[in-house]
Amino acid sequence: MSEEKKWYNFDLGFTKQTAKTGTCGCGKSEGSCGSKQQPKTTIQKEEISEEAFFEAAVDASIGEERHKDGFDQVFEVKMDRRSAFRKLTASLLIGAGAVNTSCSITAGDASKEKAQIDWEEQFKGNYKLMTDDEKEATVNRLMRSYELRTGKNLSMTAENAKENVLFGYAFNISKCQGYMNCVSACVEENNQDRNSQMQYIRIHEMKDGNGFKFNDADDNYYHEVPAEGHFYMGTQCFHCDNPPCVDVCPVQATWREDDGLVVIDYDWCVGCRYCMAACPYDGRRFNWSKPEVPEKEVNKNQHYLGNRVRKKGVMEKCTFCVQRSRKGENPACVDACPTGARIFGNLLDPDSTIRWVLENKKVFRLKEDLGTEPKFWYFMD
Amino acid sequence: MRRFKVFKSLVTDSLDTITTGSKRYHLWMGLLTIIMLAGMYCYSIQLDEGLSVTGMTDRVSWGLYISNFTFLVGVAAAAVMLVMPTYILKDIDFKQAVLIGEGLAVAALIMCLAFVIADMGGPAVLWHMIPGIGVFNFPDSMLTWDVIVLNGYLFLNISIPFYILFRHYQGKDSNPKVYIPGAILSVFWAVAIHLVTAFLYQGLQARPFWNNALLGPRFLASAFAAGPALIILVLGIIKSFSSFKVKDETIKKIAMIVTVAAQINLIMLISELFKEFYAPTHHSESAFYLFFGLHGKTALLPWIWTSISLNVLAVVMLTFGRFRNNFKTLYFCCFILFVAIWIEKGFGLIVPGFIPGPYGKIAEYTPTGIEIGVTLGIWALGAFVFTILAKTAIGIETGEMRYGKKTS
Ligand code: SF4
Ligand code: SF4
Repeated sequence: MSEEKKWYNFDLGFTKQTAKTGTCGCGKSEGSCGSKQQPKTTIQKEEISEEAFFEAAVDASIGEERHKDGFDQVFEVKMDRRSAFRKLTASLLIGAGAVNTSCSITAGDASKEKAQIDWEEQFKGNYKLMTDDEKEATVNRLMRSYELRTGKNLSMTAENAKENVLFGYAFNISKCQGYMNCVSACVEENNQDRNSQMQYIRIHEMKDGNGFKFNDADDNYYHEVPAEGHFYMGTQCFHCDNPPCVDVCPVQATWREDDGLVVIDYDWCVGCRYCMAACPYDGRRFNWSKPEVPEKEVNKNQHYLGNRVRKKGVMEKCTFCVQRSRKGENPACVDACPTGARIFGNLLDPDSTIRWVLENKKVFRLKEDLGTEPKFWYFMD
Repeated sequence: MRRFKVFKSLVTDSLDTITTGSKRYHLWMGLLTIIMLAGMYCYSIQLDEGLSVTGMTDRVSWGLYISNFTFLVGVAAAAVMLVMPTYILKDIDFKQAVLIGEGLAVAALIMCLAFVIADMGGPAVLWHMIPGIGVFNFPDSMLTWDVIVLNGYLFLNISIPFYILFRHYQGKDSNPKVYIPGAILSVFWAVAIHLVTAFLYQGLQARPFWNNALLGPRFLASAFAAGPALIILVLGIIKSFSSFKVKDETIKKIAMIVTVAAQINLIMLISELFKEFYAPTHHSESAFYLFFGLHGKTALLPWIWTSISLNVLAVVMLTFGRFRNNFKTLYFCCFILFVAIWIEKGFGLIVPGFIPGPYGKIAEYTPTGIEIGVTLGIWALGAFVFTILAKTAIGIETGEMRYGKKTS
């Protein structure tokens, strides 16, 4: 069972073609056994057993159940009992102000629309469970809201994971010189809070000859690099394939997408920070106060799950720049690195550089004993 | 219809009871109210600015709130130590004590929930957690288990005493067929709330300090020491301030429970220390930090050593019947034991879990004034709730409050 779960058993071998045409437990061709998670089943297909099929079926049925469990996530809200209840709590939660504005005749159209948007945003459902139309709707609302507030336009997408894509990352320890261009590129790309100097990437400066001694490493240095007698190693969220942070979330505000990205719905997170305690790699960051990015520095190319501006009291982390990677670009850190130490790509594509690295270099991952299966490898020249 | 009338009269009567009292009582309630208001003010600042007003950071992301939450779950669970003999073994001795114990459990649970909410980054979207309209990640997330067991336990601990008091209020005896199943259920439930809360931490492979099999059992042992210790103190206070009769026998029996639990707790502590320090590994660093400090960072040392010395002192004294049966020394022991376990299960457990961080970074944690203010406010809330519950229960049990009898 656990062997089957380890994705690399399937993806890094050369059996991918068989995997694609393999039979499903139900004896039908791909996808017809009702599983909703296409790419995931593709991965499992190769050795799909009775048990796996059963699981997929349960998954599918529960998935639907969950779906019903959710919300009327439509723009025009029907007043059934559930939404009526939500509206009731609403008045308590967003305060009479917004309600007033949305009802009063004298209020301007813009503020009325804004109140309407705030209302719907407050009571929308979990992005993970939204249909594509609902995703589109919330993204449109967010863009419109930004326009109403600042008078500027931004572009936000809700692009889904592509099929046959599984993102992975490799880090060349021999090349990294500790310049931290990746860090600043990441901050700019992902609209991180400037006040608290939040950074997803940490570069650990280690002493030559001591091996990987994280304990003695310095991840907060301010001096000229490369420092004599030191080497550098970067960490960030590793997008574990078996992510402990996902299981612990009480509201499923964080999950693994089908292309392997572990993402957070910032609007659904309740800020309990359980995921932060569960992450063994220091991958997560919390917005302890309202994040601030000067208007002119805001990166306007956004993705709902990626770099849109966060709010106070929610979790965030590296998304492998979902707004870029799903468009086929490299994450900002990869492009910014002057030494070429960072390699990113599709693990399912046998011709990708990352596959070449994994097949030809001696790679390793951190804390493998925890069974988290990070999709982030280290190697040396 | 009649029931409704009785209930109405019960509510008015208890309102009467809780608004009348001695000068000391009013002073006490006034003091609690002031502390609660101060706590609310601190919380409003936290709501406004975000959790950055607390001492927590990305490196130590849980602090005083979660520490207190963890400890109070234990206090709540302890009511069961009294429930069991009273309702099931018909040990009449405990009957009064158990009502007090259950009141304590209710107050502790309310504090628990308040601490969890105080710790949330987005209390306004807490409805995301309500099953049905939100998404409840059950059974994957231990936190959802905890929500279920805590609320279930709260329900049990409200309904059982309410039933009994409601019957007594009408001058009738309560029917054991009704409450005994509930009592038995609550026995298992109390163990569950504590184990589940321990599993919350125990299940995290990322934090070796928590990820050990002894955590759950140790939670239970310390809970069954600290909870009844608090009950003894409260009974002592009630005894001297009201006409409520608590037999000395009862208190002595509870003292026995405290003693045994505290001894077991100490044994487990020794086992834990042995494992961490006999053959220290990389995973023992948190324990090193807690007990001896790491790289000159020693913020927790005074706390944990205070805790350990109080713990040992209390256990040694309690073990000798001479001290245990003398109420003055008993109260003293219970008090220091309570403090010792509060440190051990709060600060001493939560904070070192984060230190050193996943990559060995040592960043210390000190709570801020606002955090302490909110914490005190919540404790005052608990004391307030408990006082109200206890006063009503005592009124009914002593016969001062009865249906049809005019209370002045
Ligand atoms: S590195 Fe941490 S945050 Fe990222 S997927 Fe793994 S456990 Fe989750
Ligand atoms: S902080 Fe947010 S994402 Fe993390 S566990 Fe809590 S609700 Fe889930």
